[in-house]
Amino acid sequence: MSIKKGTAWKFGDDISTDHIAPGRLFHLRTNLPELAKHVLEDARKDFASEMKKGDFIAAGRNFGLGSSREHAPAIIKLSGVSGVLAKSFARIFFRNSINIGLSLIECNTDLIDEKNEIEVDLKNGIVKNLSSDIEIPITPLPDIMIKILNEGGLVEHIRKHRDFQLL
Amino acid sequence: MGKTLSEKIIGKHSSKEVKAGDFVIAKVDVAAVQDGTGPLTIDKMSEVNLTQVKNPEKTVLFIDHAAPSPRKELSNAHKKLREFAKKTGSILSEAGEGVCHQRLVEDFVAPGNILIGADSHTCTSGALGAFATGMGSTDVGIGMALGKAWLKVPETFKIEVFGEFGHNVGPKDLILSLISKIGSDGATYKALEFCGKTIEKMDMSGRFTLCNMAVEAGAKTGIIASDETTKKYLAMRNREEDFKEIKADNDAVYEKIIKIDASKLKPTVSCPHTVDNTAGATELNNIKVHQVFIGSCTNGRIEDLKIAASILKDKKRNFNTRLLISPASKDIFIQALQEGLIEIFVKAGAAIVTPGCGPCVGVHAGILGDGEVCLSTQNRNFKGRMGNPEGLIYLSSPATAAYSAMLGYIADPGNI
Repeated sequence: MSIKKGTAWKFGDDISTDHIAPGRLFHLRTNLPELAKHVLEDARKDFASEMKKGDFIAAGRNFGLGSSREHAPAIIKLSGVSGVLAKSFARIFFRNSINIGLSLIECNTDLIDEKNEIEVDLKNGIVKNLSSDIEIPITPLPDIMIKILNEGGLVEHIRKHRDFQLL
Repeated sequence: MGKTLSEKIIGKHSSKEVKAGDFVIAKVDVAAVQDGTGPLTIDKMSEVNLTQVKNPEKTVLFIDHAAPSPRKELSNAHKKLREFAKKTGSILSEAGEGVCHQRLVEDFVAPGNILIGADSHTCTSGALGAFATGMGSTDVGIGMALGKAWLKVPETFKIEVFGEFGHNVGPKDLILSLISKIGSDGATYKALEFCGKTIEKMDMSGRFTLCNMAVEAGAKTGIIASDETTKKYLAMRNREEDFKEIKADNDAVYEKIIKIDASKLKPTVSCPHTVDNTAGATELNNIKVHQVFIGSCTNGRIEDLKIAASILKDKKRNFNTRLLISPASKDIFIQALQEGLIEIFVKAGAAIVTPGCGPCVGVHAGILGDGEVCLSTQNRNFKGRMGNPEGLIYLSSPATAAYSAMLGYIADPGNI
């Protein structure tokens, strides 16, 4: 888990899995690279086409609410997003993201404005807003999730141990 | 110290005493995926060479979200599920058999079970006194192969309901009001345990509606103690031997207790684009409705259809309002046919949709046009949910939906 730097894209509260990977594109779920071209399209039309690899999402409360579709965090990761910062995350989205190795950071995103430069050091739990030169405190992940994330996700964990070795 | 329903069930499945906040590896009794999440589950399993499932007769693959398939990409996804079922001996629920959550409560989940499902409304089965929760494709795939999953034991909100519902007010109005009160993330990670005199008197259909929507407040599950009503339901499904009494201890520890007087509730509607954005049906008379959908895992049961039929009998839908009705499962469809409900609906001008999820999830059979309004008995009204981000979705009970279909605008069925 190296230090990552990127530009922030702001999103509001209650960004649902329908915003991220809508049902009208249900048929693309078996073609994730194609689905990723539409990531978050229904929340911000400019995001998928203009974001650069390494950028961050900075959202409000309850990011990822709704469906269990793992395709939602999968296409965020596939599009090259370094991580999602939000005031809070919905439960299933949270679990899915950790399982597939997408970094989620719970923190006060009011301290981040559109297009601010962000630096995230996940190992030491430090988020810096380089544009405003402030450090933003984060809520640490539970140990069990850090273990999964460190091993590269749940599939890699099972590949290595052939069983759960989490507790 | 007393235990909540979730603590009891998870403790039994991890062979130790547990309390809220503990992390455990728990045995899984039933695992399920559907056609939107199942293909990815199969891919994830094959990535780590997991080719078999632990309990084939309790592993179920549902073809319900795009059923029957409207496009070749989805037909190929269905092929993949059928081949996997054949190879592993798992059960396949074919197009037309119904919505996964309804099929799970009918034939697969028993009180005291742990169910994991790759669908967020898996919490529906909690109404049987089971611990049922939605997870993603990877979690469920590993669960299917190993027969276990990692869980955090949730803290519980006790939702105590008393009082009699008013005329044409019911469980859907109760759960929409509760979500409005606590917010779309008000119960994130928590279990909602429903109890009290009103719940004790409620039929299983209403209990399923409540638990189905627990996730709309962010909850990990909704759960209800099993009792005589549960027993009768299982007996009706020829599964009396699956019954087991399970209830929370009197001195169980709850994070919060919320009391609701059902007699004070009114027909309630969620307005676009979040479930917690509610208003009374009477306040929305100015909203013209282009489409009404009665169905889904929330409100597509026989009791829901009977309410709708009682309002639509010998009546017609409004000329400007199309009406879609979908029984939640094959058996509900058969019963609705036998009881003459389908004839009432078709005479009223309804289009009958194959049991499944299509309209609710925006895949097919009921996609909205730009600027169109749908009043639906489903559980979600997020932007884009019904296949078009320019559509506007309102949520209500079957009574409000049926009455509004007749009048062409959102109307309070308490006035009938």
